[in-house]
Amino acid sequence: MYFINSFLFCGIICLIAEIILDNTKLTPGHITAMFVCIGAALDTFSIYDFFIAKVGGGALLPITSFGHSLIHGALISAEANGVVGLLIGIFDLTAAGITAAIIFTFIFTLIFRAKD
Amino acid sequence: MYKFSFLVNAITGDIMSNKKYDDLVKKHTPKENKLKYAVTAFLVGGFMGLLGEVLIRVYIILFEVSRNDASTYMIITFIFFASLFTALGFFDKLVAKAKAGLLIPITGFAHSMTSSALDYKNEGPIYGVGSNVFKLAGSVIFYGVVSAWFFGLIRYLWEVLL
Repeated sequence: MYFINSFLFCGIICLIAEIILDNTKLTPGHITAMFVCIGAALDTFSIYDFFIAKVGGGALLPITSFGHSLIHGALISAEANGVVGLLIGIFDLTAAGITAAIIFTFIFTLIFRAKD
Repeated sequence: MYKFSFLVNAITGDIMSNKKYDDLVKKHTPKENKLKYAVTAFLVGGFMGLLGEVLIRVYIILFEVSRNDASTYMIITFIFFASLFTALGFFDKLVAKAKAGLLIPITGFAHSMTSSALDYKNEGPIYGVGSNVFKLAGSVIFYGVVSAWFFGLIRYLWEVLL
């Protein structure tokens, strides 16, 4: 069931993005930024956690889960450290993704050059 | 829209009416097949999601880790391949075909970082690569942090006050 849900959830999010992309003047940059905010908003009252529990991997892949991870780390840290914890923990869960993207980008930029 | 009410073919002297001109323009304008794009985005995005779930299952069995750790490995794998394929030069073509199907999953994030780093490589390591690597991904992180902080504060105050 996780497999079908993953396919449908990730597919529907991409479908919504594609419909916005084709029918408005918004660029992919606008849409990804918007989707991150939506992901964070959905997790304010643990709605996105519900999706992840039901869907599995398909809910972790779209950029909305980036917003979810940001707010989730912040809230875990806020439980321990109070309101400052929101600032301390915000990158706790996304650090792996951002760091990996930076490291891989660094390595591949050293090796390859842009193709025109 | 028209400067002249008709167009004259300079060689044959034929007069082209507005309607004929319209038909000609319509014929040569590339057709934006929105339905095809939407279906492609859905199928590619869905396939990425499915692949994510499969990878999590594989990592759980292969490395005997918890589901949380396997999810992190899965995301790193996707970032690695998106970054590599962008550097090799053929991810741009895939993105042009699948559009949102590849831009909305985490692959789009890695793609934007690697492609802007490569584009500015010839301007040097500091003002080229270093300052431009977050050119597109920066907005995701910036607005993500702002909204996560804001909504986190709401949730925090909600729990403290009630």
